[in-house]
Amino acid sequence: MLEKMLFGRYIQGDSIVHRLDPRTKLIGTFYFIIVIFLANNFWSYLAMTLFTFLCVYLSDIPFKVFINGVKPLIWLISFTVILQILFTTGGTTYFSFGILNITSFGLMNGAFIFMRFVLIIFMSTLLTLTTMPISLTDAIESLLGPLKRFKVPVHELALMLSIALRFVPTLMDEASKIMNAQRARGVDFGEGNIIQQMKAVTPILVPLFVSSFNRADELANAMEARGYKGGEGRTKYRELDWKVRDSLAILAFVVLTFVLLYIRN
Amino acid sequence: MMEEMVQLKNISFTYSEEDLRPALNDVSFSINRGEWIAIIGPNGSGKSTLAKTINGLIEASVGQVIIDGITLTEETVWDIRTRVGMVFQNPDNQFVGSTVQDDVAFGLENIGVPREEMLKRVEDAVKTVNMHEFMDKEPARLSGGQKQRVAIAGIIALAPEIIILDEATTMLDPKGRKEVIQTIQKLKAERNLTVISITHDIDEAAQANRIFVMQEGHLERIGRPEEIFAVGADIINMGLDIPFPEKLKYQLSRQGLKVPEGYLTEEGMVEWLWTLLSKK
Repeated sequence: MLEKMLFGRYIQGDSIVHRLDPRTKLIGTFYFIIVIFLANNFWSYLAMTLFTFLCVYLSDIPFKVFINGVKPLIWLISFTVILQILFTTGGTTYFSFGILNITSFGLMNGAFIFMRFVLIIFMSTLLTLTTMPISLTDAIESLLGPLKRFKVPVHELALMLSIALRFVPTLMDEASKIMNAQRARGVDFGEGNIIQQMKAVTPILVPLFVSSFNRADELANAMEARGYKGGEGRTKYRELDWKVRDSLAILAFVVLTFVLLYIRN
Repeated sequence: MMEEMVQLKNISFTYSEEDLRPALNDVSFSINRGEWIAIIGPNGSGKSTLAKTINGLIEASVGQVIIDGITLTEETVWDIRTRVGMVFQNPDNQFVGSTVQDDVAFGLENIGVPREEMLKRVEDAVKTVNMHEFMDKEPARLSGGQKQRVAIAGIIALAPEIIILDEATTMLDPKGRKEVIQTIQKLKAERNLTVISITHDIDEAAQANRIFVMQEGHLERIGRPEEIFAVGADIINMGLDIPFPEKLKYQLSRQGLKVPEGYLTEEGMVEWLWTLLSKK
């Protein structure tokens, strides 16, 4: 179960992308997602695609992994693309039936939307594949740092995030154990109508909740016993280190923006 | 003169007011520096509650806790927690960090150790428990025994004077259990630690300097292992097990063999058996 999930998975490596500061990668990914809406013609999409492929190439991660990241979303993408193709009007009309028509604009828009989806998924997959969850948490804590002034509990949010990420595999393990235990007692999962199926979930959810409460209690005890008393006066083991290559990476994004602004319609 | 590390004076504690029976009832004892104490007793006898009282996770309703000369109060509780390290039962639920090194560093971060020193102490602690090649591993990829060794590393990085093992070996297989106990024994010898081990593993308890037997919230007996196990049947009536040599002795006496009165360690048993056979 754990091996199949690509979301939030980290692949160890020592490429230039791996070594970038997590803040750079986080900002970069967000920025990329915004910037991609600037692209509106063939050349600008080509520029974005080339940029993405350059990033992927630099990460030393096989291209196949990224394709696998797109696969679970292929239905959503196809659905959006098809709607776009069928309902966009303008340009040369190739086919028309009632309100449905296939036009050159529609095809073009469909292709653009497809590329937009794929590129966004590639970039965000690249972020999670090359950054350890713990580093991502640190990056979020550091980037949200200024919000402390507005009484936003940044440290607490970051701690919750890192504990949540750390317990994902543990809880998945437990969920499958509970499922098997209930199966052994004759509970059918995925059988019958929707009401029956929902009812069958109860014997997993309740034990899982109860055990999560117990876990939380024990974890809180263990944390307190090790001297945890909140964010005040804490030092950090992980240090974020902004290097020249991070500035260069940001510069690359800026250049990309100017290129886009120049070649878009 | 022996230095008293842990002193409990007339400790009582009740979880909720409806409880008729207190979880701890007038418990008093003192433990010397460098001692290995095993606390045994049936489920619900108050062993874990006692352990939590010692480092202030639970505040006793009556009585006084004195650790290394400091009386436990609201002001001193954090000071005392740096002196008392605690390893809990479930290796999964006490793993705070995302990787081994982050978890070991967690306690150090809490007390505000500068980063340079932290790096060194984390590395030393991880080396001490032989987990060095697992520094970057996530908890999901470790075995129970390995996680428990990481928990110990997290504690020894803080250099406490007292280590409490709250059934720390219960959920481990025999191999993991042996590894954890050996690690603690090695540490104890190196740093003159005081160890308080709550356990159901009677063979582990047999290696302690003194055994505290708890029952229904009070200390039933305090004594050296040989004194405790010499009472034989009484221990079994309390719902506890006896060590293997004692079991063997019991079975031999049922076969009509005349066995020695006192408690025998494994070596003692071997000694007695071969002298017995060579006389024939």
